[in-house]
Amino acid sequence: MIKEQILEKHTMAVLVDNEAGVLARVVGLFSGRGYNIESLTVSETEHQAHLSRITIVTNGTPMVITQIKAQLERMVPVHQVWDLTVEGPYIERELALVKVKGRGEMRVEALRLADAFKARVVDATIESFVFELTGKSRKIEQFIALMKPVGLVEVTRTGVVAIGRGSEGL
Amino acid sequence: MSQEMSGAQIVLKALVEQGVDTVFGYPGGATLPIYDELFQQNSIRHILVRHEQGAVHAAEGYARSTGKPGVVLVTSGPGATNTITGLVNALMDSTPIVCLTGQVHTHLIGNDAFQEADVVGITRPCTKHNYLVKQTNDLARVIHEAFYVAVNGRPGPVVVDIPKDVQIATGRYEGPSKTGHRSYKPRVKGDAQAIRDAVAMMQEAKKPILYTGGGVINSGPAASRLLRELVELTGFPITSTLMGLGAYPASGKNWLGMLGMHGTYEANMAMHDCDVMVCIGARFDDRITGLVEAFAPDARIIHVDIDPSSINKNIAVDLPIVGDVGHVLEEMVRIWRAKSGTDMEAQIAGWWKQIKGWRGRDCLSYTPLKDEIMPQLAIQRVMELSRGKDTYFTTEVGQHQMWAAQFLEFEEPNHWMTSGGLGTMGYGLPAAVGVQIAHPDALVIDIAGEASIQMTMQEVATAVQYRLPVKVFILNNRFMGMVRQWQELFHGSRYSQSYSETLPDFVKMAEAFGATGIRASKPEELDAAIQRMIDTDGPVIFDCVVHKVGNVYPMIPAGEPHNSMMLGTDAENLEPVGR
Repeated sequence: MIKEQILEKHTMAVLVDNEAGVLARVVGLFSGRGYNIESLTVSETEHQAHLSRITIVTNGTPMVITQIKAQLERMVPVHQVWDLTVEGPYIERELALVKVKGRGEMRVEALRLADAFKARVVDATIESFVFELTGKSRKIEQFIALMKPVGLVEVTRTGVVAIGRGSEGL
Repeated sequence: MSQEMSGAQIVLKALVEQGVDTVFGYPGGATLPIYDELFQQNSIRHILVRHEQGAVHAAEGYARSTGKPGVVLVTSGPGATNTITGLVNALMDSTPIVCLTGQVHTHLIGNDAFQEADVVGITRPCTKHNYLVKQTNDLARVIHEAFYVAVNGRPGPVVVDIPKDVQIATGRYEGPSKTGHRSYKPRVKGDAQAIRDAVAMMQEAKKPILYTGGGVINSGPAASRLLRELVELTGFPITSTLMGLGAYPASGKNWLGMLGMHGTYEANMAMHDCDVMVCIGARFDDRITGLVEAFAPDARIIHVDIDPSSINKNIAVDLPIVGDVGHVLEEMVRIWRAKSGTDMEAQIAGWWKQIKGWRGRDCLSYTPLKDEIMPQLAIQRVMELSRGKDTYFTTEVGQHQMWAAQFLEFEEPNHWMTSGGLGTMGYGLPAAVGVQIAHPDALVIDIAGEASIQMTMQEVATAVQYRLPVKVFILNNRFMGMVRQWQELFHGSRYSQSYSETLPDFVKMAEAFGATGIRASKPEELDAAIQRMIDTDGPVIFDCVVHKVGNVYPMIPAGEPHNSMMLGTDAENLEPVGR
């Protein structure tokens, strides 16, 4: 008997010791237990304390989401885990660099669309642009889709970073 | 206060400061500096095993029978990879182990050096935590931290990988931190309101059951005492997982026997029909729950566990309490005493009547044979003849393990070592070695199968070397019995690869190792032979030739609900019996 399961998308912030292998532990937990990773970003955020912040976007049933949080929390180098989706309103941003190649009308159209999306030109040649775009993942998806017919060559994305709204820190 | 010493000296000093008296290990190139230091001191005893897997199982036996962490020392590469099965076994059964592995020189790491393996990489999912120590100055701190992590919270194995140059170089020694750990701070005290709510829920119950597990044992002897007190106070029936046997005595009047796939009829029926389930230090493993959707359909469930990730993992519970079992039980007992007023005995009298009806099925009964030893009988006779002694039992994995769990009667915690989560054949003999090291005067019996024992039987040599009088009691049915049972029940009796075509002569094998070999194959010679085994002052291998095709009953087929058990009496028609 397989029950109809509703998948929820959650964004989690994980504060960890910035030590060798910590990312492998987190990633290994997800692959080993069959959890999904939609996006994962990591960087040291507190240099003095050697703490890194990992932002993970994952999906699963409510039971699995709770399980993921508990599994992360019990890892030895993990200081704290916040499920931003549960804890309140938050901002999510992703950065993309998008390379587009074209001449003439295509090139003009690419630039026009980039302007509409508030994408910046960070590199240009006679027949190409590299655009820098920041925003929610969905906005980036839309932009990439629009670039396809006007000469999309290459895309690189950072994955999602997120922070809670308001004056309080986590 | 700090002083300069070599990394190898730091290792020894840190172990001594952690109270370690025994290390189970096997030397090799990458641990020679540590072995050289071991040679020159008398505080720590080194037990030389015959395979590194055996070192971990021996350390597990030591740990489970003493409550102290077990310590392993092995070399790099194959030394370390041979520990993997033991490490996962300890992880699954929440046993505190600190495993020190040698590693190639730091400048060779990543170069495919001789006897190099990526040990932190390989053991990451096999351990609770692991470390690669790259600086001698970090060594003492890391070893102390490894002990802290291994024993605090839900216990587990921790690997410390130490390159050879780190063992040779000098560095500062430091003692254990007094402030705990900077990030790992497991919750020990349960939420006070949740415990009050739990007691209230328990006092409303008409069909309650206590379902306890290895967490009670891990919490220490005080937790077992408190559990007994709680049972006494509440009058609730109690069942336990394989790992929790002994926390409540088998002679206790509220004891229903083990639950789960091969649990008793009364325990499983009570689990299915209960209205309030109190799970204490157990984790709703699939061998316990059977079909999750049909698990205890009418129950409100309270779950006490030190590991928050155990809560709601397999079964959604109504009232989780995260905390150490001992602390939570102490509070439960205190609050129950303060709040008692309800006539619990009358409230659950009907329930007990129902349970007594189930007990009447006498689900463990079997038909003795005239010319052959039934395996159940053999275990019963071992039990009877060892009664009154300080007896510790270990097991391998398979039918013999389940019969041991069903027919041995455990009165105290820490006297039963078995591989529960991982189900590791070959666990019992090395575990018995570890138990006997910790309890030199005790009677230590490994209930084994003739297939399992061949996985680690070289450890008989270890027992002989250290004059450890462990008794290996082999139920020899010439089959991988549990595999054969499943093939009989679920694969049309096609016994694919489960028959032991050639077996060693276990009596001669014992003699070859310098141990004593005993054989019994007729019911009438059993008692005298067992008595001889017990009376022998030295390691014994007992080849108990039993009925070939006995099955373990009751049995809940995988993926079936609790009330769908096969009983021995129904074995002929193989139809699950319900109510």
